[in-house]
Amino acid sequence: MSPREEVVPEFEFESYYGRPILKQPTWKTPDIPLYFFLGGLAGASAVLAEGAAATGLPGLERIARLAAAGGATAGTVALVHDLGRPERFLNMLRVLRPTSPLSVGTFILAPFGTLSGIAAASHLTGRLPRIGRLAGVGAAALGPPLATYTAGLIANTAVPAWHEGHRELPFVFGGSGAAAAGGLAMVFTPLNQAAPARRTALAGAAIELAATETMQRRMGFVGEPYRQGRSGRLMKVAQATTAAAAAATLLLGSRSRAVSVLAGAASVAGSVFTRFGVFEAGMASAGDPKYTVVPQRRRLDSREPTTA
Amino acid sequence: MGRLSGRLDDVTGDAGYDDHPPRMGFFTDTSVCIGCKACEVACKEWNSVPDDGYLLTGMSYDNTESLGASTWRHVAFIEKPTAPTSSSDVTVDLGMPGNGPPAAGQDQTTESGADGMRWLMSSDVCKHCTHAACLDVCPTGSLFRTEFGTVVVQEDICNGCGYCVPACPYGVIDLREDDGRAFKCTLCYDRLKEGQTPACAQACPTESIQFGELSELRQRADNRLAELRDNGVDVARLYGRDPEDGVGGDGAFFLLLDEPEVYGLPPDPVVTTHDLGSIWKSVGAGAGAVAALGVAAFVGRHR
Repeated sequence: MSPREEVVPEFEFESYYGRPILKQPTWKTPDIPLYFFLGGLAGASAVLAEGAAATGLPGLERIARLAAAGGATAGTVALVHDLGRPERFLNMLRVLRPTSPLSVGTFILAPFGTLSGIAAASHLTGRLPRIGRLAGVGAAALGPPLATYTAGLIANTAVPAWHEGHRELPFVFGGSGAAAAGGLAMVFTPLNQAAPARRTALAGAAIELAATETMQRRMGFVGEPYRQGRSGRLMKVAQATTAAAAAATLLLGSRSRAVSVLAGAASVAGSVFTRFGVFEAGMASAGDPKYTVVPQRRRLDSREPTTA
Repeated sequence: MGRLSGRLDDVTGDAGYDDHPPRMGFFTDTSVCIGCKACEVACKEWNSVPDDGYLLTGMSYDNTESLGASTWRHVAFIEKPTAPTSSSDVTVDLGMPGNGPPAAGQDQTTESGADGMRWLMSSDVCKHCTHAACLDVCPTGSLFRTEFGTVVVQEDICNGCGYCVPACPYGVIDLREDDGRAFKCTLCYDRLKEGQTPACAQACPTESIQFGELSELRQRADNRLAELRDNGVDVARLYGRDPEDGVGGDGAFFLLLDEPEVYGLPPDPVVTTHDLGSIWKSVGAGAGAVAALGVAAFVGRHR
């Protein structure tokens, strides 16, 4: 640990008894970060399932279909459980509001859950194969936005660590979702059908790691919660796990079934850590007034250099 | 869907009302606030807002702490040493106990601070933003714009998703834990419908809280600011009055005697939907990357 050249100075700023300006999100852990993970897993798995169906890889198709339907179902349960009034969850369908990624996301998740469920049921029972396949295609189309809209959801808030990362967060979440889907498929698919799963996991990991790095560099001071404290530790564990999983996949993933299982599991775990890390970074960011005051004060001062 | 940021002169019309009353709001002139908390009490009483716990914070006379689901008016108390901070020697004697006897014949803007300290008091409230993030992110349509241009939660619709909470750049709205739904100031929507003044403004003994048509309040605030500046109170400034600011101006705005952050207000808030286009573009690009990656994974060998 050598001291870095550029030492970040302690910012002087005023506040009301050190109290946060923003309200911390009331979203519960593990419900919401878990949903972010499950949505990413399900969305990317639906794409994987359709690819497997199109290229004739039944082993890969099976686990991917199950992950898509299971992830969407479990994710929906987590979302409803997080509501302050769970019995009113259907009120989400009253309006469709393009200014609310949560509203738009509801109209992605609801059909995705239905279609991926039909596709999985058809695949398992062998009944209505055409309808099942058609549903699978629909789920695959909705899968990528399902994996990334949650990033837009948290970015469309006043929380500095989330809002200021709005350009990169969808890539972090999308990559993380692909890493999870590929990883899970690697665990359950025989080696001779797992090549697309490995590629999905590798490409997902690469996108996630690159986007996370870019985001942190660009955000500077506001990105501090991604490097410090509990959220910083979670992000470091996430990056290390994802990178290790990718390295193992690249070196031995196609040769050893044991390595494929372990690396796949690690890839899934890395995705879970990433979601919890990003979630906790937002909580820390909202809980400290400096992340709200300092950037706004700088913006003001640069606009009007002299104040009365 | 209305405008999402920038100047917007007819917010009520933009929300879809063809024929509507003028936009109503609050102008809170903190230079005459005496910290009596009558506004807090009147609000609780009229709106039947439940108790939100009793604790001693050690934050001067403020045991209310902040705005929240069960606190729709919050009086902030700030004790500041006079000498090094202000560019002017003029402070506002607010007649608080324990600061020496108020001299006879002094008005609000006369010099005091003999004990080297000055009081700042301010009654905070929901800003009823022109571009209200809470409203724009609400997925159920529970939050809506009234015919008076104010922002109100419909409690029979809210399902407690909590999206409005981190969306608010001022940290105003919150979920009530035992209830599960979101609550905030309604600008006494029920009283407005009857042509009455909101409870807090009605109860304010010094007219620190002024209620009226927003256009008229802005005029009044400009006059008050000019008056204070003429009297040498050059620390006075308006907060949330500018229709060109990051939230398109507040329906409830303030005259402050220090930087906003001293009162626990964000110095230059920008509504999150200002960047909505960029957010959706990134979400789309990210989804495109996942789809492309999915296709690429099946090109070439499958073993």
